Amino acid sequence: MKSLTHLERLEAESIHIFREVVAETEKPVMLYSVGKDSSVMLHLARKAFYPAPPPFPMLHVASGWDFQALLDHRDKTVKEYDLDLIVAENEHAEEQGINPFDTGSALYSQAQLTDPLKAALTKHGFDAAFGGGRRDEEKARAKERVFSFRTASHRWDPKNQRPELWNLYNTKKADDESIRVFPISNWTELDIWQYIALEKIDIVPLYMSQKRPTVERDGMLLVVDDDRFRLEPGEEPVERSVRFRTLGCYPLTGATESNATDMNLIIQEMLLATGSERKGRAIDKGQSASMEDKKQEGYF
Amino acid sequence: MNTQDSSFQTDALIAEDIDAYLDQHQHKSLLRFITCGSVDDGKSTLIGRLLYDSKMIFEDQLTALESDSKKVGTQGDEIDFALLVDGLAAEREQGITIDVAYRFFTTEKRKFIVADTPGHEQYTRNMVTGASTADLAVILVDARKGVLEQTRRHSFLVHLLGIKHLVLAVNKMDLVDYNQARFEEILADYSQFAEQIGIEGFTAIPISGFKGDNITAAPSANTPWYNGPSLIQHLETVELANTAAQERSFRMPVQWVNRPNLDFRGFTGLIASGTIKPGDKVRIVPAGKTSTVKSILTFDGELDEAVAGQSVTITLADEVDCSRGDVIAAADNPPEASDQFETTLVWMDEAALKPGRAYWLKIGSQMVSATIAEPKYEICINRFEHLAAKTLELNGIGVAELRTDRPITFESYETSRALGGFILIDKFTNATVGAGMLHFSLRRAQNVHWQPTTITRDDHSGLKNQRPRVLWFTGLSGSGKSTIANEVEKRLALMNRHTFLLDGDNVRHGLNKDLGFTEADRIENIRRIGEVAKLMTDAGLIVMTAFISPFRAERQMVREMMPEGEFIEIFVDTPLEVAEQRDVKGLYKKARDGELKNFTGIDSPYEAPENPEIRVNTVEMTIEEAADHIIAAILPLK
Repeated sequence: MKSLTHLERLEAESIHIFREVVAETEKPVMLYSVGKDSSVMLHLARKAFYPAPPPFPMLHVASGWDFQALLDHRDKTVKEYDLDLIVAENEHAEEQGINPFDTGSALYSQAQLTDPLKAALTKHGFDAAFGGGRRDEEKARAKERVFSFRTASHRWDPKNQRPELWNLYNTKKADDESIRVFPISNWTELDIWQYIALEKIDIVPLYMSQKRPTVERDGMLLVVDDDRFRLEPGEEPVERSVRFRTLGCYPLTGATESNATDMNLIIQEMLLATGSERKGRAIDKGQSASMEDKKQEGYF
Repeated sequence: MNTQDSSFQTDALIAEDIDAYLDQHQHKSLLRFITCGSVDDGKSTLIGRLLYDSKMIFEDQLTALESDSKKVGTQGDEIDFALLVDGLAAEREQGITIDVAYRFFTTEKRKFIVADTPGHEQYTRNMVTGASTADLAVILVDARKGVLEQTRRHSFLVHLLGIKHLVLAVNKMDLVDYNQARFEEILADYSQFAEQIGIEGFTAIPISGFKGDNITAAPSANTPWYNGPSLIQHLETVELANTAAQERSFRMPVQWVNRPNLDFRGFTGLIASGTIKPGDKVRIVPAGKTSTVKSILTFDGELDEAVAGQSVTITLADEVDCSRGDVIAAADNPPEASDQFETTLVWMDEAALKPGRAYWLKIGSQMVSATIAEPKYEICINRFEHLAAKTLELNGIGVAELRTDRPITFESYETSRALGGFILIDKFTNATVGAGMLHFSLRRAQNVHWQPTTITRDDHSGLKNQRPRVLWFTGLSGSGKSTIANEVEKRLALMNRHTFLLDGDNVRHGLNKDLGFTEADRIENIRRIGEVAKLMTDAGLIVMTAFISPFRAERQMVREMMPEGEFIEIFVDTPLEVAEQRDVKGLYKKARDGELKNFTGIDSPYEAPENPEIRVNTVEMTIEEAADHIIAAILPLK
């Protein structure tokens, strides 16, 4: 008799979902944002198909304002695991005058993230896309299905969700429809961090505290990641020990001051934190709200 | 037991020794449960309390909660925990399906996934969905109201879904002054009912979700007379279904065959029951071939043993045929296969069950075509009576026989959720329209075997020097199906072909004279014609059928009975106005006058073929031209 731990059960469920999609759909893809949830998903996908590599490509939607460390980590990971990477981006951002400083947040995320994603899905004819959404992220998410269907124009009909019983997933769909699949639906933020620690999953160093050049703006700490960052009059970058709880476009993502330099310290900080994952975002109204949220609204 | 030692995480350990804390938490198990009860029973308050006590709520959320509690709460100045889970009014307005919400909390010993289903009108579908993955159900009862119709209904549903652990949480004890006699009265009431519907046991706990009595520790100072566990203590210690499943025989539905290169062939799947070790003898069902487990491979190395609940990759010592849909099972005790079953069905779609129609059935990793007979009875879930039924509407539950187009490997649902629970999928809308539980296989399926004959189908058609086919004419009444089919048959006869024309009216005089024109009868009509046409093609004939056959699903069903390429759908495309104007038999007039019910095109739908092999337009073509067009399209005949 062997008692499986909660992480073993969650892992088995996610692997089952990955295999079900590969067995029943024609052309799946994994949305790879390079963040912590994506890193866990990639690890699970590698487990699901071992000794074969994951039999689908990774799709990264690059906004043009990603942290350099994130892009470096992406390229390193792709090389190390011999993955097939597709990068989707809005190639016309500059001529359209779109940037995170002047463009409204809704339009910005639409033009830089949502539209390039949809275009890439259509162009390659993917009929299933894995995403890293978790049900514990917010109340509305709690009722998201593991398999979520989209029309030919990638629209979602929330009134018409299919009931999901046992571990039986209905993958039948019309030829022009596609499926968004969330293999880590039942994981919580704590599960994700515990699993990263336990499995020694390599994640972007931005999650660990380090001295970084920062400016304080609207109550948020922003990291000056490159010289495109537009300093306002009187602003002077200051070195602070900071890390990130979520990753988005660098001019829009708030850092937190921290001394957590390893995984266990990050988890400790999270467990003792008095603010939720979204606290930083709650005070950031509209324009400066974290991009991870927007990505997900746009994506899913 | 009255130590207020929390089952929940301790800040002190986290702060002092995070490594020790993490080590401890990496060995927690997982319990999935469902809560049943209406808002009035305090379900949201209880879930809110569990989230709160387990520190799943952060300070910013708590601040918002406190201010909301003062503004819109129902508990005066105290915190209204219900707002944590009920604050979803905006979502309701947005029209997001409110059905099953999954919530998470954790204690020192276990992580919990709670399926929370609102008790409104869609409760059957929602509760069945939530209960399908739960090990345990918490049935909430308001101490002031006692066991209500709703309590019985919820208990019946979770029992139907095979949940073995039931908790009767008698809530709002604070509002009855923690009265022991009241608690025992409710307990006695519920025991009597539980026995009546076959619930073998349950645990009753007096609680107050609002005040926190007997939630984390027991007994609460307010209930010194209670000597059982607190709710959390019970949830932390109840046996997991997953552990119980390990004691049964080994079964793993094969999900996907991993073949990265010629030297490796691994069979992947989630182990449904039992344990497996390298060297164990296994049988591939339904084929029946045996082999030995060579290795259990994972990303983290080879395993000495794997158990129910793990997703693994198995390699076998022999080159045996095994693919998705097969089940790898213990060689000495494999599961049976059958194609006819008695089942309990829960209908989940706005469109009612159509007896006789073919649906996709998914069970484990098997996907087959299945038809369901008229229900034997529907179960009234308020009074548990058996009602006569011709179909099942949305949220209806009934017992019916089910037939699959080929044998499936199964176990009774009572034994195995993984090999006894199935979903039904509409072949055209692709919606999940129902769920069900297999009880047992019907003996007749096991004892009727296909009789192999010496003169084969190929011999029959070879002698006739033709390739058998079904020319399936479909179209409105009066569209010209019979006339054109007759013309086609005359030409085939001139070409020395062996044919037979099955005509709608003629068949209804004999074979199908017991059938009327309801939707169910029309489906059965087409099924029988399909079977007759199939026998005739086995005899080598070219069969023409002239039936309105208004539903795509049934035409598809007949298509699937035939070998690939032998079913030729011919759409006699005549607009309704034209057919009605012709009205050769005077039927349209009768239908318009209300003398004829369920008439296709008038008060019953006609679903035109989307991709017929042949389409003839009787407005632009004469009968002869249409026949020529069809003959040209089916050449060569051999």
